[in-house]
Amino acid sequence: MAQAAREKENYSAACRAFTKTRAGLDQPWLTALRERAAESFQGLSFPTTRDEEWKYTNVAPLLEKQFRQLFDLDLSGVQAKRLESVTFPEARESRLVFVNGIYAAELSNTSGLPDGVQVANLSQFASGSDQFPEAALGSLADHENDTFTALNTALIGDGAVVRIPRGRAIEQPIHLLFLTAATEQIVAYPRVLIVAEEGSMATVVESYASLQNESCFNNAVTEVIVNPGASLDHYRLQQESERAFHIGTTRVRQEQGSRYRSLAISLGAEISRHTLNVEHRAEQIETIIDGLYIVTGSQHVDNHTSIDHAHPHCQSSQLYKGILDGRARAVFNGKVFVREGALLTDARQLNKNLLLSGTATVDTKPQLEILADDVKCSHGATVGQLEEEEIFYLASRGISSERARALLTFGFAGELIERIGIRSVREGLDRTVLDKLHQSLEVE
Amino acid sequence: MLEIRNLHATIDGKEILKGLDLTIRAGEVHAIMGPNGSGKSTLAKVLAGHPSYEVTGGEVLYQGENLLELAPDERARSGVFLAFQYPIEIPGVSNANFLRMAYNEKAKHEGQEELDPLEFDDLLKEKMKIVEMDQSFINRAVNEGFSGGEKKRNEILQMAVLNPHLAVLDETDSGLDIDALRVVANGVNKLASKENAIILVTHYQRLLDYIQPDFVHVLYKGRIVKSGGKELALELETRGYDWIRTAVNAA
Repeated sequence: MAQAAREKENYSAACRAFTKTRAGLDQPWLTALRERAAESFQGLSFPTTRDEEWKYTNVAPLLEKQFRQLFDLDLSGVQAKRLESVTFPEARESRLVFVNGIYAAELSNTSGLPDGVQVANLSQFASGSDQFPEAALGSLADHENDTFTALNTALIGDGAVVRIPRGRAIEQPIHLLFLTAATEQIVAYPRVLIVAEEGSMATVVESYASLQNESCFNNAVTEVIVNPGASLDHYRLQQESERAFHIGTTRVRQEQGSRYRSLAISLGAEISRHTLNVEHRAEQIETIIDGLYIVTGSQHVDNHTSIDHAHPHCQSSQLYKGILDGRARAVFNGKVFVREGALLTDARQLNKNLLLSGTATVDTKPQLEILADDVKCSHGATVGQLEEEEIFYLASRGISSERARALLTFGFAGELIERIGIRSVREGLDRTVLDKLHQSLEVE
Repeated sequence: MLEIRNLHATIDGKEILKGLDLTIRAGEVHAIMGPNGSGKSTLAKVLAGHPSYEVTGGEVLYQGENLLELAPDERARSGVFLAFQYPIEIPGVSNANFLRMAYNEKAKHEGQEELDPLEFDDLLKEKMKIVEMDQSFINRAVNEGFSGGEKKRNEILQMAVLNPHLAVLDETDSGLDIDALRVVANGVNKLASKENAIILVTHYQRLLDYIQPDFVHVLYKGRIVKSGGKELALELETRGYDWIRTAVNAA
């Protein structure tokens, strides 16, 4: 217990230090939210493998490390060339960049966005007259029960706020990029709020990348509100260094007739966890949550998702696919609740895993809880290797078995990558995936 | 082109082919018929080099060389093609990428020029006409979500792209309706030439209404027990296989 207490005290001290730096800077509502979260954090403990939700993911190695939180912007670790590799041209004029948790105005550019679309640093709202985020920020992310969320909320400083105005369809993808680029072990608390107003339509790419191989910790929280009739495509891309730690939480609220599609890709980090919860607040909602994780070496990736079907006539589909090599480990826990009265719910869930080595392991738990009648639900999970029949099929067309394996592995991931609507992101991921699989395969 | 002598093959220790002899020359179309379990598909898979089958005796000479020494991909590059009875779905890999890769592997082997995506696209469009396939299939994942008929067409499209010397069509007619059968058979007829040879493995006579074989062989208990011209297929259609069984079992 002494160890746990020490770890918590380190983070509490960080909260106090942070509060000092923000003294007098923020609007009272934000200060109050932080204080409430700090209080929650005091009453909570970091999860252990004794907690059901963290049974297979041990965060002890993360908590043992000492990370420093930076308060000043330092761009010395951001080389133009590396930056280019984690940005994409479609969002050149519609992106926000954060470095080590701090907003980097120099690297951000939102000039390409139509008037009325707000894509800005949270601090701007926190101290200015526009109090738009007040009602939404913290309304979904549960700082009262979730330790990491409490910590993130207690430390809200810079962050990304996206607001798509009523009835508008935004063509440019909006890119929110959170970089770590430090020569020491740092911790950052990325925070994102996305509000798609009634009948609007937009695409947001939220990405996390490391520009240095240093062991950093991102504790990220994203809140998404999809208002009636709105449609949001949300790509979440975690490609941090393999020494990084990443704990991410995404909470989504959907209103009447809205559509939310998420694709969460996890490639980096030594230990990464993404929790995605989607809550239905009305009828005729469509939810698509897909995921892809590729882990090698001794990486550990954990995806916990839940979709709460609380109203009739809603659809959800979920496909999470994983490729594991080396001694990597993956955890998938997907819950689908169909509450009483959620008639005619159509919910499909599938988790598929491809093991490239005999030492990689997967713990998968698709869960379906149905309390309503007249629903269509399916769920399942597979863990397997490349099929000999598939390899033979390709070989019978003249493709060597080595290339056949690479092509099949690539294809396994490609099924999800090809669903990405942004060309450069899609192509960039193709390359990243191939590199990651240590295979050079010629594809268009 | 192909000479099979006293071929024995097993799967999971069970002997399926028990001394099969067959000689095929360029320009010929051979039909292999026979009751279920006689070894027809085993022969097709052994020729393509399926790893689950073990050749325990005999030899197979292809263009004068020992075919059995070659790995499946080497066989394909040297011109052996197997149209699968149950084509495999490959999600995430587009038909175009897959076909171009296969084409270029063979081109490289033959010292021909490899094609870039644009050049290959032109070639593919031409070949797709042979099997009356819609252009939309180019960018779809290989066989994924294809109907039974579409999968078989895709097999013949691959044959058209790879232009094999020896094509083995394993029950290509199974699961096809009459329109799809006609399209697939027409495709095969367009691809047949004096330079190549085709083996049709089939259970039914109906395919042979569309593709005229030069020879018909009856495979039973792992051996060719009767050979003849196309009239043999008609005879099998009317009389069934019992008279063959009786004759073989009496011998």
